[in-house]
Amino acid sequence: MDRRENLKLLIAGGLGTGLLFTAACKAEKSSGENTHYTQTDKLYGRIPEETERDRKLMEQPGFTKTEMATITAISEIILPVDKDCIGATAAGVPEFIDFIAKDIPSHKLPIQGGVMWVENESIKRFKKSFDKCTREQHIQIIDDIAYPDTAKAEYSQGVKFFNHMRDLTLTGYFTSKAGLKDLGYLGNVPNEWDGVPPEVLAKHNLSYDNKWKDQYIKMENRNKVAKWDDKGNVID
Amino acid sequence: MSELYDVVIVGSGAGGGMAAKILTEAGLNVAIMEAGGDFDPAKEEDKLQMKWPWMSPRRGAGSTRPFGDFDACIGGWEIDGEPYTRVEGTKFDWWRARMLGGRTNHWGRISLRFGPKDFKRRDHDGLGDNWPLSYEDVRPYYDKVDKLIGVFGTNEGLPNDPDGYFLPPPKPRLHELIVSRGAKGVNVPIIPSRLSMLTQKINDERGACFFCGQCYRGCAVYADFSSGTVLIKPAKANGGKLEIYLDSMVRSVDTNDSGKATGITFIDKKDGAHKTINARVVVLAASACESARIMLNSKSKTFPNGLANGSGIVGKYLHDSTGTGRSGILPSLFDRERYNEDGVGGLHVYTPWWLDGSKNLNFSRGYHIEYWGGMGMPSYGAGMGMHTMRQYLKDELGQPQVNGGYGSGLRKDMRTLYGARVGMSGRGESIALESNYCEIDPNVIDKYGIPVLRFHYKWSDAEVNQAKHMHDTFDDILTSMGAIIIGDKPGPETQYGLEAPGRIIHEVGTVRMGDNPKTSVLNKYNQAHECNNLFVVDGGAFVSQADKNPTWTILALAWRASDFIIDQLKKKNI
Repeated sequence: MDRRENLKLLIAGGLGTGLLFTAACKAEKSSGENTHYTQTDKLYGRIPEETERDRKLMEQPGFTKTEMATITAISEIILPVDKDCIGATAAGVPEFIDFIAKDIPSHKLPIQGGVMWVENESIKRFKKSFDKCTREQHIQIIDDIAYPDTAKAEYSQGVKFFNHMRDLTLTGYFTSKAGLKDLGYLGNVPNEWDGVPPEVLAKHNLSYDNKWKDQYIKMENRNKVAKWDDKGNVID
Repeated sequence: MSELYDVVIVGSGAGGGMAAKILTEAGLNVAIMEAGGDFDPAKEEDKLQMKWPWMSPRRGAGSTRPFGDFDACIGGWEIDGEPYTRVEGTKFDWWRARMLGGRTNHWGRISLRFGPKDFKRRDHDGLGDNWPLSYEDVRPYYDKVDKLIGVFGTNEGLPNDPDGYFLPPPKPRLHELIVSRGAKGVNVPIIPSRLSMLTQKINDERGACFFCGQCYRGCAVYADFSSGTVLIKPAKANGGKLEIYLDSMVRSVDTNDSGKATGITFIDKKDGAHKTINARVVVLAASACESARIMLNSKSKTFPNGLANGSGIVGKYLHDSTGTGRSGILPSLFDRERYNEDGVGGLHVYTPWWLDGSKNLNFSRGYHIEYWGGMGMPSYGAGMGMHTMRQYLKDELGQPQVNGGYGSGLRKDMRTLYGARVGMSGRGESIALESNYCEIDPNVIDKYGIPVLRFHYKWSDAEVNQAKHMHDTFDDILTSMGAIIIGDKPGPETQYGLEAPGRIIHEVGTVRMGDNPKTSVLNKYNQAHECNNLFVVDGGAFVSQADKNPTWTILALAWRASDFIIDQLKKKNI
């Protein structure tokens, strides 16, 4: 398809926008689509060196099976299945964490060590491995490390680990297909931008400044070739 | 005997692209050298635009490209096999692009003319030097650049932020209106921004903006400016007069015994061979530091100090923009209505320098302020920091939330917070100093065997004081907007958050122009004083950098220099 065709499509696709909706989880629970991509092919403008680096990273062993089990359990506690939302696991968060710890090696040791810290805590408290514990037992440990401002000093390392897991889980989820729907992000499509919807402006007690009101781009003029007068004004 | 070109241009960014366009249009036979590969955002395999964060396994993180996985620019502050060094106790980070279009694939497309005062700063504060040019000399070229490339904005009649031929600007987004109201409350002006993006078509070759907000990824319909799509492609269509040499790393400019440039020597990255290009005129546009490096590495009997460097000025007066920023959370935007507000790929409003000539400042050069925020496409980093930020949200009973946590409540708070973050960055003018420079490191070479640059750069009090002022202003604006300011205000221990030189990627000044050959490298036509068929048309030619982004001035001066080259070739003066 040539560029001009593309443009026509893009512009056609831009009509009928301006819809509003209030944030709520709209992620289809049923889809359960794992959106962590593991292909190394050219999905998005990679140069050969980058494709090669990604291929190597993906082949490289990541966290062990045991480590992944704990990472999965904790990320699912951070973002569980909700009324209308899939959880972290179904959104591909554990696979994302596995990849990012290879891609940005500074993630690796804190997560590995944190998994062992939790394991140790589990054995101390319940005389069994973290993955053999019940959800209630998991929560008992997590509650001690999930609230940095009030956690006991003796759990400081655990707190740090859980902060790290929270960061990676949220970022993994909210950059997945389900996460974008959950946030209500409506962009990344050809659009017409004619300013903030009037009802939103009114709610915030704002209006467009009279000084520039007539100078802003009018959507219907976008495809007219611009001409100027001698003073630099666009001739309508 | 290989082909003799009329002109060989080194570098395909703003300066090189403009030279290629103008010189080929005049019928000249031109070769352009680019150290990286081809790039065309309209080609499917190069396309980054309209991709989703999950298509990147790192979700857009900056582990392979410093500005994130979807940034169009191939290159960075560190490039494998191409090191540079710094004199101990000094800082400089050097950004290089290795691709067709160079660094025009990277920038925010903020396209600001220098004003009349910017060319004559010494007259106003006694610091640095005046340009050998005035605004009136450059104005016709700014006008032509506006019309050729396209830039939106408004004519405001400001004394040092000149009017131009603008396209209509986009309406501000919600946070930008809130910023505007807040800034007005503390007497900081805000006007529509000036970005080189086509809110309206300027010809039939390029499309109009469709508001995806992704100029940094490159535009498939060429609605934003980059040198590859807007200058070099049209030049390529000029009757086959342009030969593009990709993957070609230029080592030196070759000269003959009479001190004329005869062409260049480069390493062909595809086969590692040293090759030469012969040309009647050599135009360097490799970026301020790379052009200086090529000249310093071009030593000969005639030029023992490096090409056209009898003055010893090549590499000196290196200066970058100052930069620092602050951000906050706007409670008035909690749980905001969702709609598509991607807009153009950057800020819709900005603050030009508003205190020019004010007597109460302990620095003399200005800065502008850029603003960010809104309901952007989430990328790596989204959702991080809830162990310190959740306290700013309220629970069902209106009590402050506890930091950290997990589960459905955390998820709900993420939705509440989305689109409520706003921030601002100051970008200011530094003083060009002879003591800030790059030179050849006698001990280090890159993988092509080319001696590398060693940097020596320290901010002076003027820049540090300016950064302090920026932070006081940010505090005022954020407070006036009703924002919760995030993080501690940086103090003297960090030079008030002032970024290291090179981080703003506006470095200029290394082969500055002037009327006096003892204190400058180029004359006012970007022509070397000591070698009349050598021109430098990148930021290296700048005498001072203004509180403006350099690209529009690079483009205007490159066009002006190209007209001069055409004239001089006609008159057989070079």
